[in-house]
Amino acid sequence: MTAEARSETPDALRLTHVTKIFGGVTALDDVALSVGAGEVHCLAGENGSGKSTLIKIVTGVYQPESGAGMQIFGQDYPQITPTQARMAGIAVIWQDLALFAEMTVAENIAFETLLGNRPRPMSYARLRADAQAALAQLDVGLDLDARLGSLPIAQRQIVAIARALVSDARLIFMDEPTASLTQSETDALLAVVRTLSARGVAVVFVSHRLAEVLEIASRVTVLRDGRLVGVYPTEGMTQSRLTELMTGASFAQGVMARDTASQPEVLRIDGLGRAGDYADISLTLRAGEVLGLTGLIGAGRTELCHTLFGMTRADRGTITLNGRELRMKSNRDAVAEGIAYVSEDRLALGLIQPQSIADNAVLAVLRKITGRAGLLSQQGKDDTVSHWITELAVKIGKPSDAVSTLSGGNQQRVVLAKWLATEPKVLILDCPTVGVDVGARAGIFRIVRTLAEKGLAILLVSDEVPEVYMNADRVLHMAGGHIVAEWDPRQTGLSDMEAAVYA
Amino acid sequence: MTALYRRAVAAFGPEVPGLLGFLALVLLVFGLAAPRFLTGANFGSVAFQLPELGLLTLAMLMPIISGGFNLAIIYTANMAGLTLAYVLNQYGGVDAGIWPFILGTVLALGVGALSGAVMGAVIAYIGAHPILVSLAMMIFLRGLGEFLTKGGDISGFPQWMAVLGHGTVWGIPVPLILFLACAVVWHIILNRTRHGFSVRMVGSNIRAAAYSGIHTKRTLVLIYTLSGVMCAVAGILMLSRFNSVRVGHGEALLLVTVLACFLGGVDPFGGFGRVLPVVIALIVLQILSSGLNLLGANQHLSTAVWGLFLVGVMILRWGAGRLSERKKRS
Repeated sequence: MTAEARSETPDALRLTHVTKIFGGVTALDDVALSVGAGEVHCLAGENGSGKSTLIKIVTGVYQPESGAGMQIFGQDYPQITPTQARMAGIAVIWQDLALFAEMTVAENIAFETLLGNRPRPMSYARLRADAQAALAQLDVGLDLDARLGSLPIAQRQIVAIARALVSDARLIFMDEPTASLTQSETDALLAVVRTLSARGVAVVFVSHRLAEVLEIASRVTVLRDGRLVGVYPTEGMTQSRLTELMTGASFAQGVMARDTASQPEVLRIDGLGRAGDYADISLTLRAGEVLGLTGLIGAGRTELCHTLFGMTRADRGTITLNGRELRMKSNRDAVAEGIAYVSEDRLALGLIQPQSIADNAVLAVLRKITGRAGLLSQQGKDDTVSHWITELAVKIGKPSDAVSTLSGGNQQRVVLAKWLATEPKVLILDCPTVGVDVGARAGIFRIVRTLAEKGLAILLVSDEVPEVYMNADRVLHMAGGHIVAEWDPRQTGLSDMEAAVYA
Repeated sequence: MTALYRRAVAAFGPEVPGLLGFLALVLLVFGLAAPRFLTGANFGSVAFQLPELGLLTLAMLMPIISGGFNLAIIYTANMAGLTLAYVLNQYGGVDAGIWPFILGTVLALGVGALSGAVMGAVIAYIGAHPILVSLAMMIFLRGLGEFLTKGGDISGFPQWMAVLGHGTVWGIPVPLILFLACAVVWHIILNRTRHGFSVRMVGSNIRAAAYSGIHTKRTLVLIYTLSGVMCAVAGILMLSRFNSVRVGHGEALLLVTVLACFLGGVDPFGGFGRVLPVVIALIVLQILSSGLNLLGANQHLSTAVWGLFLVGVMILRWGAGRLSERKKRS
C-alpha cells in the first residue's frame, strides 16, 4: 500500500513510550512502533532485544508501565486485554504455531467459530466453508481433511495464517515465521504475505533472516537491548548495515576459505547410498578443513549425517576414517571412533533442556569421568565442565543451572562442549546456527574456525548458503540425495551458489 | 553453617529441609495430642512397618525418575516371596536350614529380576508405554500366583526366619537395617553411577540422550530389572513379617509408593528425583498413620489424611516457587 493510501485510513498500530520492567530488569525502555494499514513492517533485533515483550504488550498479555500510548486502527486503548486485542483485529502467529496436530486442516482454521458460551450443535459444512474461504483469500489450496500433523511446517504456517483471517485479523504479527522453512517455502510464504498486504491486512514480520526482511518489508523498526534504535525504510538498506544496527557492532564479512588440499585425509566416503535417502555419495574430508554441505531440506543432508554418525546404516558404499573402514552399529560406535554430531534440532535432540549445564556437558564422556569402583567422579565432572566453559567462553550463571536458561548461542556452545570433550576427529555440524542470534552466530563460527586450525575435520551442513559460503573451505551442493556440485568460495560467488541451490 | 547447609542441599536435594520441617511439625502435633506418641514402643512399631513400604517405594522410584512406571511391584514381590516359600517347603518347611533359605533367596531375586527384565525389554525394544507393559505384567503375575497358590496362603517356614522380620540388632529392627542398606545402595546407584545418570537423562529426554550416545535401551532394561530385584527384597521381607505368602499381600501399598515418591519431590514427568527426600517422605507418612492410629482414628482415615497431605504439599511447593520467583525479580 502506498503512502497516500495510508494517510486516508488510520494506522493499524501506533505505540508510543512503551516501557516494561520485570522486577527491576528493564525489558523495554521508551519504545515506539507504528504500522500503517496494510503495511508489511519488520521488527528486527537480536534475542533479548524486547521483540517478544513488545508483541505481548500489543496483545494484552503484559501491561506496559504507565505513560504508554496505544492506538489500534485509530482507537485509543489505555489498557488492553487479550480478548480486546483479538476483537480489535490483532492476531499473532507464534513460532510454535499453537495448532492442534491431531485435528484436520479445516478444524484448525475454523475452530474459533465453534467456540461459544453455550453448547450447541456444530456444522461441519459451515466449518469447511469458513476454512475454504480463508484459504481462498490467501490464494492457497490445501486438503481440508488432512490431519495437521501430517503437513510440513510450511503448510502448517499457512493454516495458522488462515486461522487468523477467519477471526477477521487486520494486523498479524508473525514471530520468526521462516525459521524452519527452505528458500522455496519462504518464497511461497512471502507471496502469501504480499497477498495479505494487498488485501489491506498489516503484517509485522519478526525475523532473523535479513535478506527476506529487506525483500518483503517496506520499513523496519530495529530494537536493541530493549531500546528503539530507529525506524528505517528498507529501500537502500543493506544486510550488513542492518546487522550493525541490531548488534551495535560491525562485522567484517569476508570469505574464510583456505587451501587445504595438502592436509592429510581424515574421512573418506565412497559410493555411499541408502534407498530413499541418498545415493552415490563420495567425498573426502581433510584434517583442518571445514567442508560445507548445502542444499534444501529434503536433499538428504541430515540423512547422510545420521549414517555418518552411526544412527542409520547405508545400503552400499564405504566410510573410511584415517584409512580404516568403519562398520558402525550405533552412534556409540561413532563416538568411540571419534565422530561427533551436532544435531539440527538443539531443543529436542541436541540438549536435554531441563537438566543442568554440567550434566549436559559431560553427557557424552561419562566413561572418562568414571573413577575406580565404577563411580562417577565429581572432581572429573567439575574439571571437564569448567575447562570447556572457559575454552568456549560460554556465558553461564552456575553449572548446576538448567541448560534451558541459556540463550540459543550459549546453548549451542554447550552442545559443542559436550562433543569436543569426546576429543573427536570429525565434527559434523548440522545447521548449527538455527535459532542463534546474528551476533552469536559469528561467535560460533569463530569457534569452528579455531577448531579447524587445531586440525579438526569439520563437516558444516546448512541450508543457508551464505553461511557455508562465508565459513567453509569447500562447498558441496546436495540435491535429491546426490552431490551435484562442488565449489570453491574463492572462485564461485555467493549469488551463483544461491542461484544453483534455490533453483 | 550456611555452607554446610548448601552442601547438604546440593548432595540430597532442595526438598530435604522442607520435608524435615514437615516431620518436625507432625512429631510436635502428635506429641502434644497423643501421650503415647513420643515413646520408644511407638517408634519401634513405625520402624517395623516402614521397611515394606519403603522397599516397594524404592522399586517404584527408579522407573518414575526414568519417566516410566512399574505397576507390577506388588505382584513381583509376591511372586518372589512365593519362590522362596516353595524352595523352603521343598527342603523341609519348618525344619529347613540356612542353605535352602540362601538358594530360595537367590531364586527369588532372580524371579524379581526376570519379571523386571521382561518389562524393561518390552518397553525398550518395542517402545510400548511402561504403564501398559507393567499393567500387563501385574495382571499376568497375579493370575499366575493365584493359580499356583489356588488363592490361599503358603506358610510353614523355619522359626529362625522370624529374625529377619521381627528381630533387632543392637536395638535396631532388622527390617529397618535392610531398608536403610537398600536405600543407601539406591542413592549411590542414582547419584554416583553412569546408570543413575542415564536414568535421569532418559527421564528428561530419551531421544536427546540416545543422540548423545547413551545406551537408552540397555538403561531401560536395567531400570526395570533393578526395580524387580528390589521388589524381590520386599517380597522376602513380607514373607518373614507375615510368616506366610499370599498373592495380594500388600496390594494397598501400590499407590502409596507413588504418593511417597511425589511427596519426596520426584518429578512426575521424569528426570529428577533423589532417594533421601523420598525416605523422609516415607517416615512422615508412616508417622502420620501411626499417630492417627494412637489417637484412635480409623485406619481408613489415615489413608484420607495421606491424600490431603499430598495436596497440601503441592500447594506449599507452588507457594514456595512463587516466593522464590519474586525474590529473584526484586
